[in-house]
Amino acid sequence: MLLSTRDLTKTFPGTRALDAVSFDLKAGEVHALLGENGAGKSTLIKCLTGAYRRDSGDILFEGQPIFPQSTLEAQAIGIGTVYQEVNLLPNLTVAENLTLGHQPRRLGMIRSRAMNAQADEMLSGYGIDIDVRRTLDQYSVAVQQIVAIARAVHLSGRVLILDEPTASLDAREVQMLFDVVRDLRARGLGIIFISHFLDQVFEISDRLTILRNGRHIATCPAAEVDRMQLITLMLGHELQQETATRARPVADGKDAIRFSGVGRRGRIAPFDLTVHKGEVIGMAGLLGSGRTESAEVLFGAAPSDSGTVEDSDGPVDLRNPRAAIAAGFAFAPEDRKTDGIIAELSVRENIILALQARRGWSRPIPQAEQIRMADDYIARLDIRTPDAEKPVGLLSGGNQQKVILARWLATNPRFLILDEPTRGIDVGAHAEILRLIEDVVAQGMSILVISSELDELVAVSHRVIVVRDRQHVSQLTGEDVTTDTIVRAIAAPDLTPEATT
Amino acid sequence: MTTVLRRVAPQLLTLVAVIMLVSIYFPSFWQIVYVNERLVGIPIDVIKRGAPVALLAIGMTLVIATRGIDLSVGAVMAICGASAAWSIDQGFGLWAALGIALVAGLICGLWNGLLVAVFDIQPIVATLILMVAGRGIAQLITGGTILTFDNDAFSYLGSGTLLGVPVPAVIWVLTGIGFGLLVRRTALGLLVESIGVNLRASTLTGINSRVLLIAVYMGSGFCAALAGIIATADIRGADANNAGLWLELDAILAVVIGGNSLLGGRFSILASILGAMIIQTINTGILLAGFPSEFNLVIKAVLVIIILVLQSPRVLPQLAYLWRGRRDRSQRPKQSQTSQQNAGTETKT
Amino acid sequence: MLKRTLMASVAVFTFAAGAGHAQTIGFSQIGSESGWRAAETTVTMQEAENRGIDLRFSDAQQRQENQIAALRSFIAQGVDAILLAPVVATGWDSVLEEAAEAEIPVVLLDRMVDSDPDLYLTAVGSDLVHEGRVAGEWLVEAVDGADCRVVELQGTTGSSPAIDRKNGFEQGIAGADNIEIVRSQTGDFTRTRGKEVMESFLQAENGGADICALYAHNDDMAVGAIQAIKEAGLNPGQDILVVSIDAVPDIFQALAAGEANATVELTPNMAGPAFDALEAYFADGTMPEKFIQTESRLYTQADDPAGEYEARKDLGY
Ligand SMILES: Nc1ncnc2c1ncn2[C@@H]1O[C@H](COP(=O)(O)OP(=O)(O)OP(=O)(O)O)[C@@H](O)[C@H]1O
Ligand SMILES: [Mg+2]
Repeated sequence: MLLSTRDLTKTFPGTRALDAVSFDLKAGEVHALLGENGAGKSTLIKCLTGAYRRDSGDILFEGQPIFPQSTLEAQAIGIGTVYQEVNLLPNLTVAENLTLGHQPRRLGMIRSRAMNAQADEMLSGYGIDIDVRRTLDQYSVAVQQIVAIARAVHLSGRVLILDEPTASLDAREVQMLFDVVRDLRARGLGIIFISHFLDQVFEISDRLTILRNGRHIATCPAAEVDRMQLITLMLGHELQQETATRARPVADGKDAIRFSGVGRRGRIAPFDLTVHKGEVIGMAGLLGSGRTESAEVLFGAAPSDSGTVEDSDGPVDLRNPRAAIAAGFAFAPEDRKTDGIIAELSVRENIILALQARRGWSRPIPQAEQIRMADDYIARLDIRTPDAEKPVGLLSGGNQQKVILARWLATNPRFLILDEPTRGIDVGAHAEILRLIEDVVAQGMSILVISSELDELVAVSHRVIVVRDRQHVSQLTGEDVTTDTIVRAIAAPDLTPEATT
Repeated sequence: MTTVLRRVAPQLLTLVAVIMLVSIYFPSFWQIVYVNERLVGIPIDVIKRGAPVALLAIGMTLVIATRGIDLSVGAVMAICGASAAWSIDQGFGLWAALGIALVAGLICGLWNGLLVAVFDIQPIVATLILMVAGRGIAQLITGGTILTFDNDAFSYLGSGTLLGVPVPAVIWVLTGIGFGLLVRRTALGLLVESIGVNLRASTLTGINSRVLLIAVYMGSGFCAALAGIIATADIRGADANNAGLWLELDAILAVVIGGNSLLGGRFSILASILGAMIIQTINTGILLAGFPSEFNLVIKAVLVIIILVLQSPRVLPQLAYLWRGRRDRSQRPKQSQTSQQNAGTETKT
Repeated sequence: MLKRTLMASVAVFTFAAGAGHAQTIGFSQIGSESGWRAAETTVTMQEAENRGIDLRFSDAQQRQENQIAALRSFIAQGVDAILLAPVVATGWDSVLEEAAEAEIPVVLLDRMVDSDPDLYLTAVGSDLVHEGRVAGEWLVEAVDGADCRVVELQGTTGSSPAIDRKNGFEQGIAGADNIEIVRSQTGDFTRTRGKEVMESFLQAENGGADICALYAHNDDMAVGAIQAIKEAGLNPGQDILVVSIDAVPDIFQALAAGEANATVELTPNMAGPAFDALEAYFADGTMPEKFIQTESRLYTQADDPAGEYEARKDLGY
């Protein structure tokens, strides 16, 4: 065994995140780690890499007990990690990022030519051809991930841990990444892969380990389980079948919000959009195509510099988020860590925050009311937390996302913008969130969903807007809303549905 | 109530420890007598002398909670003290003097707040401007001299007593309660913590972070004005050069001893005030102990370092872990026997 | 050697051009960081006016580079002499040499520099040790053999006035075994700290009953301490004798009110002796002593403190 844990246990106040977990990783395999949000996957990883200190249990590397006290030590032992959020330095060059901490030096000075050569060498074999002298932020997230992998492999070389590496990649980029992973597997690395995308899991993994509530549930070869069995193991019960009946939009236009010619120079070309009451609008497009930029214009986070917005009562003020919220808008952003959660504040405070901000500082929501609301949403969205007072930053990624959803639902908005609402959310919660969308839409809320998961878009949307190159290029309605048509509309300008039919 | 107690427990323990330390040198620490209609004793000295730092710490706590810092409070004290003395000197009377001084403090805070919130200047730089220029402004007001005055009503704020208790102590207690209620009985405290933890996310949540930031700096200016009034009334004169000199550092220290993170977020005004009292007890203790002056700063620094290290959330668990890690390694063979209990749940298919 | 010749030729030259004409003298002042400094500026201007001297004044705002720039500009203007109150002791060599080459005599006021004494004509200042000694001697006489426990408010720790005034006072009371310094703490030369530290002295010394006298290194601290004594219910000037140094206006008010007993003057009139020396030098080339010590005059309640206050209150203290 390359790397194993024996009875690994880790307790946080109120939570047993890992309960005597035993786990084995062989050399030359991709081992997927699966489980619901809060099952303990990230915690297991962090114990392996020394980011957390285990309470008890052993970690064996090639049979030898190890005690990594920091990620640096773990790296030196041979365990490298790439997290979902790329944690490299965006304004250093690719070469600097790759060689940071071990740059070739002469007399204390960094030798940049040697450094660049070394970086080129490190990247060779990863199938990407980039200029290592450019800064990292000039490349896509996928390339950044691969750079991070190259660095981790170079420094550690035995075990590579990937915690939700594909969450913000599109299909093509995922393939690019998987090519790299397969290659590394062939070179004999042991790879731990965490993801909520079951298709990807089946595509790349050799074996699976499932955790639930901090316990080891099962380990088996990937070929021996099917999707439904796997979901049942993860959830501990069968997934309730989606009862997706799309609500009819109220198309009389009476309560519609009309955006005409809104846009922002350099970010998104002016576009028109009419949002009807009780309607779900999907928005599809590649990463960086202008989806998030559209959402920010609609919410006033990056206010429009042209056009008008009106509803049945007249013009709508979208000068800034405050104004938008006052107008009944809500926006759950894509990057929950920097734009969403207030990490140190409790789950309760995070949930009531938007509502409180709208009421103003002088009218605090009574404590009892806050507790009631928090408990209500914790139950409704199945947020896994020991209690409402836990700082939200300590929740698992998927549960943080649910807290943000709760925050906006609490304001009872009329127009809710969700940017990648199911990213990092487990299959069970995924279904719950889709059901939730159906619910609130049935009550008359309008929703704009931005998502890279086309199945999800197709499942919930009444119509889908396709964004390409910072322009709204087409709109699909009715029968045209299928993954196929969306893929084609995203891909090429001459393949819009009109052109193909 | 119990959560508040739990929050300030480290500060309370520290205060007790420091008092005990002082009592070693000065056993009659708690001896308080009532003479001339005033209470006299070391604790009374502490709560009186600690007034400026306690007041500054109240405002500083809020500023630091927003992930900012206000270096200008010492200079603002000088400006406000000078304004008050000037008003008295001009014969405007007590109330006008108070009003002018407080307005001056609010204006200084507004200036800082605008620089930070509207012009996006880093707080440390933004407030440095007034820290440097402020004493010059105060000099202009006093005309470069110690502007002395004779006004018993105003002096009362610095050296009078209310039911035997020094008025400066009454002022900081009331201010502390006032600010405490203001932030905890409304949503202000929550909103301030929110922008301190994550400004961008807070703005996206609809918090008016700009106005809030400005208000917080104005609050700090207001507290500095009160401190300046007390310092001026105490010596019956406005000393533009020395009023509040270096007190911004003591105020920041008080906030830190109060366990508030300089990275913003959660804050406790009560803990900061206790921090101020800890610092003042040390200061008073050093004066009473009668060491040569050369040792003052060294003793203070050593005590502060000990306090901060002991309060650090990392130190104690760290020591515990290191100790346990050693034991783990030495007991290795015994432990691996218990690793079977979970095998039953494995479903190897 | 070269410098000496230069100086001599200065003498000859100015002697020829010299006396009787309205002179132009440049004055580079440190700044106005204290009341005393402001008074020095005022007095210098008054003295210049009384003597019909055209005084060019430059305020350096505590920065040496400003002072050097001011000196250069004085040299360029071809003033007859320069008064310099140096903000620091070092770094003056080159600009003083420039002045010497331009044959302009320089007189230092109040503080010294580390340069070769040949580069300046003379320095006018007070002897800080002597001031302390005067205060100490006054106390010996005032208590007249009775036992006396003294508390001392020091200046800023490590500063030369604090060190010298402490030493001077100790020399002054050296012979008197009845006088003992029981507590000594820094009050940073400020009123606030003077008051605060005095409060702690009172606290530590049996509510002040065990204290016979206070010696403060400057008047400001004494003024603060007097308030502390009053608030403790004692009578400053009677229950506790108060002696301090500087003779700023506020201490005269305290003297007049019987709340202070004595102060030793640090005169702001450094320019008077400086102008005298320059006059003599221009008149017949008389080289003054390298250090001209100003008088450290003792004022007590008997020296018409009210009148002294009136005379000083507008000097800018
Ligand atoms: N630093 C911490 N302090 C307290 N509790 C924590 C901490 N880190 C994790 N937890 C808790 O431990 C549990 C497991 O969290 P973990 O992050 O390992 O879940 P996960 O399986 O990675 O979930 P996700 O799929 O949502 O990322 C959660 O209940 C979480 O709230
Ligand atoms: Mg996770």
